[in-house]
Formats: sequence, structure tokens, C-alpha cells
Amino acid sequence: MTGRFAPLLETLTRLRGIRGALVVDVADGLVVEESVMGGLKVTAVAAMAANIAGRSAELAGRADFGQPRFIHLQALDGSLLVAPAARDLLLVAIVGRDVPLGLIRLEMLRMAEHLV
Amino acid sequence: MRAIEPWVLGPLRTFVAESSTRLTLLMTTSGQVVAQHGFAGALDLMAAAALGTGIVASSSELASQMSWPAFRIVTHQGDRQSHFLSWFDTPRGRWVALVVYGSETKLGVVQVFFDQLVEELVAAAPAEPAQKREVLAADFERELNSSLRALFGR
Repeated sequence: MTGRFAPLLETLTRLRGIRGALVVDVADGLVVEESVMGGLKVTAVAAMAANIAGRSAELAGRADFGQPRFIHLQALDGSLLVAPAARDLLLVAIVGRDVPLGLIRLEMLRMAEHLV
Repeated sequence: MRAIEPWVLGPLRTFVAESSTRLTLLMTTSGQVVAQHGFAGALDLMAAAALGTGIVASSSELASQMSWPAFRIVTHQGDRQSHFLSWFDTPRGRWVALVVYGSETKLGVVQVFFDQLVEELVAAAPAEPAQKREVLAADFERELNSSLRALFGR
């Protein structure tokens, strides 16, 4: 990981419970940059995160809620967190169970604002 | 959805359902169609097969001229729909896939399920027949018509 988003992703993955973080192109669902633990299929996570973000934006638009600011998909053993950022990018984190979700959410929202 | 080789249908059906693509065409590198989903007419299909394999061949040649490894995937992105072209190796030789998708899915999703399709095709492919039958010019039209019947059911 040596790209322009590397310092940001490193900061995020240092938080407790984060298994991986990536910057994704929302239009294509492709990975722009990633910092992910082994065993996670990064391309699939990126594609699904972009798909979920796209559908959520469509749903929020139809409901007149405005653009989504944060998406939290909670499963039994972990969560997928997505923070839409500027310039068609998404900041995505994969987290385990029993993690400080509030702190991670705040950190991701702050980082997403600077993701340009 | 139609296929010349029935074992292709299962993996192709899964791919189309999971990736939400509009059109899918599997063919050999010479443009012979193996399976198709979504095409309505034989002319469209044959033209798409010829053009798709032509693009793969020319982009591979371009890479070769530049001393780069051959491009595995070529995508053309449009406003309303996009094309995804890729070659892959199977026990039946090298095949080419042409996938047309719209705004209802994403390139990343197509790519993820395409990788799965290739794995499933490779696993499902029966071994190459021991003796390859030579295709003679005299048989060509009959074989073409037979393939079109298989692909369009008429």
C-alpha cells in the first residue's frame, strides 16, 4: 500500500477491531486502495459495498432523505461500514464483533470529509 | 439462454442471475459461439462474436507490440451500458466472454461473478475429445446452421 490514501487507511486500520479498510470507486465498484487482512476477498467487498451504497442512495433519494452519510450493515459476526466521500469515492471498513462502533463511525465520517 | 455445450448452462445461469448483466456471450477465440444469453437475433449474435474476438485479438497484439503481458480484461464504458470483454482458459481451449451490463450493476460486481463463472466452467468442463474432428468447408454451412438452431431454438 503506497498510494495517496495509504496514510488514511493505515490510521483507520489501527483502530481496534478493524479487519480491513478500503477506498472504492462508487461508480464501478473497483478498489482504489486497500489495507486489508489476509483472507478477505477485497474485490468482492468493494463491489458489494459500491452496490449497497448505490442502492441506498437511490432509496434515500426516492424517500427525499437526501444522500446517505453513513451505511452500517450489521451481521452476526461483524459489520460492513461505508462512508460516502467526495469525488465518487467510498470509504469502506470491515469490522469484527464487539468493537467501538461509535468511535469508528466518527473517525470514518471525519476521514470521508478529507477523502479528496 | 442457449448453449451449444449443455454443461455451460449451469454456470452461465448463475452468472447472469448474480451479476444482473443484460447480454452474455461465450465464444472461442475464433468467434465460434458456445453459449449466449439475451441475444434475440442470429445476425446480432454473429456480429458481436466477430467484433468481440476481434477486439480481444487486437488488444492482445497491441500489448505484445508494447512488450506488455496480454490484457485479460477490456472494458468499454458507456452512459447507458458498458461492455466487458475477457479471455480465459478452459480444458476446451481459450474462450472469450462478452458481457453487456447497464446501470443496474457495476463493473466490480461483473468482475467478481465473472471470476466465479470461469472457476465453475473450468470445473465443469469435460475433458477434450480424444480426436478432434476436422471442419471441412463443405460442412461449414451445415455446422453453422446447426449451431444457430441450438442457440436460437429454430
